[in-house]
Formats: sequence, structure tokens, C-alpha cells
Amino acid sequence: MSTLVKNILRFVLLILVQFYVLDKIHLNRMVTPYVYYLFILWMPFKLNRTIQMILAFVVGFTLDSFRHSPGFHAAACVLIAYLRPFLINIIIPQEGADSNYEEPSVRSMGGFFQYMIYAGVLTLIHHGYLFLLEAWQFGDIWYFIVKTLLSTIISVVLIFVAEALFSRKQKFRTNTA
Amino acid sequence: MRNVFLFIRRYFHFLFFLLSQVFCIYLITHYNKFHNAVGSATMNEITGRVNNQYNKIDYYLQLKRTNEQLASDNERLRNSLRENFENPDTSNKLVTDSIPFDTLGNRRKWLYQRAKVVSNSVTTQNNFVVLSRGSAQQLNKDEGVVDPKNGVVGIVTDVSENFAVVMSLLHKDSRISAILKNDPGGGGGSVVWDGVEPNYVSFINVRKSAKAKKGDTVMTSGITPTFPYGMIIGTIDQITPDKSTNNFIIRLKTAANFYNLQYVYSIKNYQKDEINKLLEKAKARINN
Repeated sequence: MSTLVKNILRFVLLILVQFYVLDKIHLNRMVTPYVYYLFILWMPFKLNRTIQMILAFVVGFTLDSFRHSPGFHAAACVLIAYLRPFLINIIIPQEGADSNYEEPSVRSMGGFFQYMIYAGVLTLIHHGYLFLLEAWQFGDIWYFIVKTLLSTIISVVLIFVAEALFSRKQKFRTNTA
Repeated sequence: MRNVFLFIRRYFHFLFFLLSQVFCIYLITHYNKFHNAVGSATMNEITGRVNNQYNKIDYYLQLKRTNEQLASDNERLRNSLRENFENPDTSNKLVTDSIPFDTLGNRRKWLYQRAKVVSNSVTTQNNFVVLSRGSAQQLNKDEGVVDPKNGVVGIVTDVSENFAVVMSLLHKDSRISAILKNDPGGGGGSVVWDGVEPNYVSFINVRKSAKAKKGDTVMTSGITPTFPYGMIIGTIDQITPDKSTNNFIIRLKTAANFYNLQYVYSIKNYQKDEINKLLEKAKARINN
């Protein structure tokens, strides 16, 4: 399957799962899990950064349109798409892993721990920024912090469940191939 | 000039990022303006259609509960057939348009229109209900929406051709005038949502002299043209006195169950235009 088709399918499925399944869930005090931004986490390494941000905006805006509150998710998605390359640069240990593999995964990031940091940090930033934009209108700082932390934990767990369920086989690409 | 271009090229990603953030925040803060201007009716139509497909499955799974609701709704209606008519204070009638009058010559004030819920959220800070009935089916903006048991659901904020978006009671801008059923004179206030727990709203600005106790019913006051008198908003769950003012803060359990909405009724007020015109005239006279 080509990268383009794969990503289009991913986009549609993640948005539908997010809006029709996960949005109906809320644990105590309105903690809602999010996974749709896996689309951004799984974008190829080599994509142009501006295009990454535009795609992130499209994902966020699509979810916003379903929820009838434009702006919130789009803003958070663009933020993590902007920060993603910096984080990848810091985390990836061996030289050239991002050119040998297509997209971030446990294997290409060089281990479970690195991948967890990658997913965890971006999730925390995404949720923190999203809830900050929402809390701006309500203003209750402790509620905001607790909500961010709890949601982050649940989302990261879900990301790893998704990762385990849909294993993404990635070929090791060499320069000669 | 060259330096400016170099600067833009060097920091293009960052500038693009900033620009998109500004645009997002503009969308958040100017939601209503954006909504009217940039063809969001098309967006409503598209998401509404997807929702419609999904709802076919969801609806099937909830058939039993929906059926029970409709049966109890029928029972209530048979017991109160003439409730929705109101006579004006005159015996002279010149206009005999067939729509606002029934066969007995009563003037119709409220018209209930059934609408199917195709999408509903409870988990965000600003929740909306989407109905598959729009301007082509005579649903207009600013109409009240209730569930089959007369529990308040929200107010219509946007209509496209075939779909309508309802600002749910669980929305930070939602504000509905309410009174206590047991003490209509003493306990007036407004119902708002604090954004924490769905199915629970706050009844604020209630004087401490009002006779409120746990379990009492709170209903719409009927002084706004959106809802008729006596639509149930919820029952009192908890009463706390506000220390800084002479008011109670009352927590209500909503009458409508927002987790399970399938059919709702929008309420059209035939007298609203007339009242609004009169008010505008009065205001204009004062201003002159």
C-alpha cells in the first residue's frame, strides 16, 4: 500500500473512531481520551515541515467541524506538528535512523523507552494546550492540571494499545536498495 | 529589503506556525461571526450527513428505550391536549389565517415539531446537539428544544437546509431563565453550566428567601419567548448558600438525559415576532 493511501485511510479511521467511540467516553470529571493525533505522530519523517503543519491543521479542523467548535483541536495539532521534528532530532539515538525508516515507531526510534518519551511528550503538549484553550474560558487551574495529567496517561495507554493491535511493519531501508 | 526576505525564508516554519495559531485563536474567539460568514452551513451539511449514517446504527441499538419514551410521551399528550393554546384578551377576531388558528378559533402560541437527533456530545466544554431538520422543514433559529418528557435540551443556534445545531444546556454560553415549581414567586434565577459534569447544571441567583429543598423541580419561567412556562429543567440535587451574596447556588440534575437523546421537539413561538416588534418599538420611542 502506498504511503498516500495508507495515510488517507488512517485519517478517516482515526477521525471516525475519535468522534464516534472515544468522544462518548468520559471518565470521572470529564477526562476524555484522544487518539486521533496518532495521524500526526505517525507522519513520515521526510515530509516537508510546512506540509506537516497543514495536514495537522486539516486533521484538527475536521474533528472541530464534527464538534462544532472550530479552532481548539486545530491549534493543538499544529503545535505538535511544529514541535515534532525538534523532538525527533533530540530523541533518535543512532545516526541516520530517520533516513533508514519511513515513520516513527518503536523500532525506528530505537526502543520502547524512546518511543514512549516521544508519544508521551507530544501527548502532554497536545492535551495541555488544548485544555488551556478550553480552560481560558472557565478558569480553574487545579482542575486544568489534573485533567491534563489524567488525560495524558489514558491517551498514552491507548496509543500503546493501538500500537500493539495494529503492528506497523517497517522495512529497514539502506542507501543501496 | 533583502534582509527581510532572508529573515522570512530562514524562519518560514516558525512564522507559518505563528500564523496558523493566530488563525485558530481567531476561529475560537470569533466563532459566531465565522459561523455566519464562511459558509459553515456547508460544513454542517457534510458532518450532518456522516452523523446521519452513524445514527442509523446507534438508533437501532436504542430502539427499546426510544419506544418507551414515545409511549410515555403519548400518554402525557392524551392527558393534556388543549395545553398548548392560549386565548388573547379579546373576543373580536378579524384575521382567519388557517395556520395560527385551530378549528375552534383558538390562537395557537406554541407549535411542537418533532426532530431526530443525529449527533450529540456531552464530553466537551461546549456541547451541541445536531438535529436532522432544518430551514427547509420549517425549523428556525432561537427556538427552544425539549425532550419527549418536556425536559429542556437547549436552544437552536444554527440552521442549514436540512440540519440544525442546538446549543445544549451543557454549553458555557447557555443561560436559561428558571423558577422553582413549588415557589414560583420566590425562586427565580438562571440555569448555567459549570463545564464539569454532564447531566448536572447550576441554578444561580436564587434568593435565600426562596423555599428550596432537595428533590424539588425547577422549570422554565416562561418570561422569555423561547420556552413555554413549565418545561422541566431538572431536580434539585444539592443546595449551597453563597457566602458573599444573599443567594443560593443550587446544583440540579437535568431532566433530559443527555447521554441518550433520540427524538426531541423544537418549540416554535408564533407570538415571538409580534412581541419582539413591540419591544423594539418601545425601545425606539425611549431612545427618541
